[in-house]
Amino acid sequence: MIGIEHYLVVSSILFVLGVLGIFLNRKNVIIILMAIELILLSVNINFVAFSAFLNDLVGQVFAMFVLTVAAGEAAIGLAILVIYFRGRGTIAVDDVNRMKG
Amino acid sequence: MDFARSLALTAPEILLSVSGLVLLMVAAWGGDKASRLISIAAVAVLTACAFLTAPTLWGQAMGAEVSAFGGQHRADAFAAFAKLLIYASAGVTLIIAQPFFDKARAMRAEFPLLVLFASLGMGMMVSAGDLLALYIGLELNSLASYVLASSLRTDERSAESGLKYFVLGSLASGILLFGMSLTYGFTGTTSFAGINAALSGGLPTGATFGLIFMLAGLAFKISAAPFHMWTPDVYEGAPTPVTTFFATASKVSALGLLMRVAFEAFGNQTQAWQQVVIFMALLSIVIGALGAIGQNNIKRLMAYSSINNVGFILIGLATATRAGASAMLVYIAIYVAMSVAGFVAVLLLRDENGQQVEAISDLAGLSKTRPWIALAMASVMFSLAGIPPLFGFWGKFVVFQAAVQADMIALAAIGIAASVIGAFYYLKVVKVMYFDEAVDVVKGQGEMSHTVLLVLSSLAISPLGYLGTKCLGTLADYAAAALFPVG
Repeated sequence: MIGIEHYLVVSSILFVLGVLGIFLNRKNVIIILMAIELILLSVNINFVAFSAFLNDLVGQVFAMFVLTVAAGEAAIGLAILVIYFRGRGTIAVDDVNRMKG
Repeated sequence: MDFARSLALTAPEILLSVSGLVLLMVAAWGGDKASRLISIAAVAVLTACAFLTAPTLWGQAMGAEVSAFGGQHRADAFAAFAKLLIYASAGVTLIIAQPFFDKARAMRAEFPLLVLFASLGMGMMVSAGDLLALYIGLELNSLASYVLASSLRTDERSAESGLKYFVLGSLASGILLFGMSLTYGFTGTTSFAGINAALSGGLPTGATFGLIFMLAGLAFKISAAPFHMWTPDVYEGAPTPVTTFFATASKVSALGLLMRVAFEAFGNQTQAWQQVVIFMALLSIVIGALGAIGQNNIKRLMAYSSINNVGFILIGLATATRAGASAMLVYIAIYVAMSVAGFVAVLLLRDENGQQVEAISDLAGLSKTRPWIALAMASVMFSLAGIPPLFGFWGKFVVFQAAVQADMIALAAIGIAASVIGAFYYLKVVKVMYFDEAVDVVKGQGEMSHTVLLVLSSLAISPLGYLGTKCLGTLADYAAAALFPVG
């Protein structure tokens, strides 16, 4: 029998993977965008699992909102990445260092 | 509570969103030539919203119903206080942005619209009565802010600051959201009142995790240490009017949201978050003070100063009392005036080619070449340091008073000691301006509107500001009372 704790473990693993993906990745900003999506999806798993477990629809409504916002967020992230690339000609994470201190 | 009543309570938000959409059409057809018209219209809309919001400041004292749409939205005195500050900051941003972007030949018709939509999101944040409303407001504000930060497309630093803000801001939203999902799961509800009621018996482990994640996510948004690392880069790289917006409106809304979550959703479990807030407050004060010391960019210095000031504001939250909440609001209002004065003074510094002067070393001898700007800058610095004749002192005073009243004398003592350390770098700027050999870099002429705003905000933080303490204190008390259940 698969209980709520299994869902929580999976979503926590995905969440940690997403956070690590942001901090350990040194290559490419696109990977950071993917890591952010992973974090949001782990949250969605949580919401839907809790919603089913509590017999309460609010969690699923919340998950729909998160999905919508995640789409907007990805669009804006890519747009910013494009103007960044136009100025600098690279999207490597190590090169994002014009300002320091 | 009927539908018409809900619509009436959300009138400022409805006005903002509808006029934002209409102006978007104007921008689509009129192009960038229409940007001045749209800016003026946007300032008018913000003024109208402020007039719609202002009566709510006293509304709750008369016992009016304040929650709309089933408790999702609360138009109470607290929200009104924060919204007035937000709308005022957004209006200032629009006024100073027009000449700035005109000079850089980068004014886009979308800029005022993004400011409008960000203000709408901020208004929803401080009015949130439910995790769902909180999230939507926060994202509306954040997504607009990421674009605003990267809006000066001719400047590489602007795109870089937008990228950094986007990545770290999205991470913060993700952490906050994870905390919200856990809180929902372990309390069974997303409304603040429901969460508070569910936690009246005790705090389940899962909800503790939810609380900590939410605090971490919100700490990112208010740029409190240890989640402050994006602040200096974003403040430096973003166009100066946008930085003004971040330092004023964004800060007000994020702090307002933090207060709502702490007092309304977790009001029954204050001891669970008090220790975390004390830790963040002290760390922010110390990191803000130490980080600022080696800086040579004035906007970066202001960023560290904002981290430092958020630390002092969090001392008010750490007391977890009504007096502390009221003190926070007074401090926030004064901080908005100080930030506006500081950044407008920075905007007035231009070299002979019309480029912005941002290096502190270029300010040497400013008192001889530009005595009035130097005087305004010096009063901002003394005010941020909290030196008595200036109004910035009052904010620190009320916060420490609340801490002492709540028997947190050690916290107040450490805070006062750290503010003395912080005074070092503020005074260094004053020393460079008044006692160093003049380098005469600042030459260009400033804009009339900037000068007027600088005079107004400098008057607000000058000793004249003390005339308003009674009024400000009463309004902040009303607003703080709205956060606490009657009794």
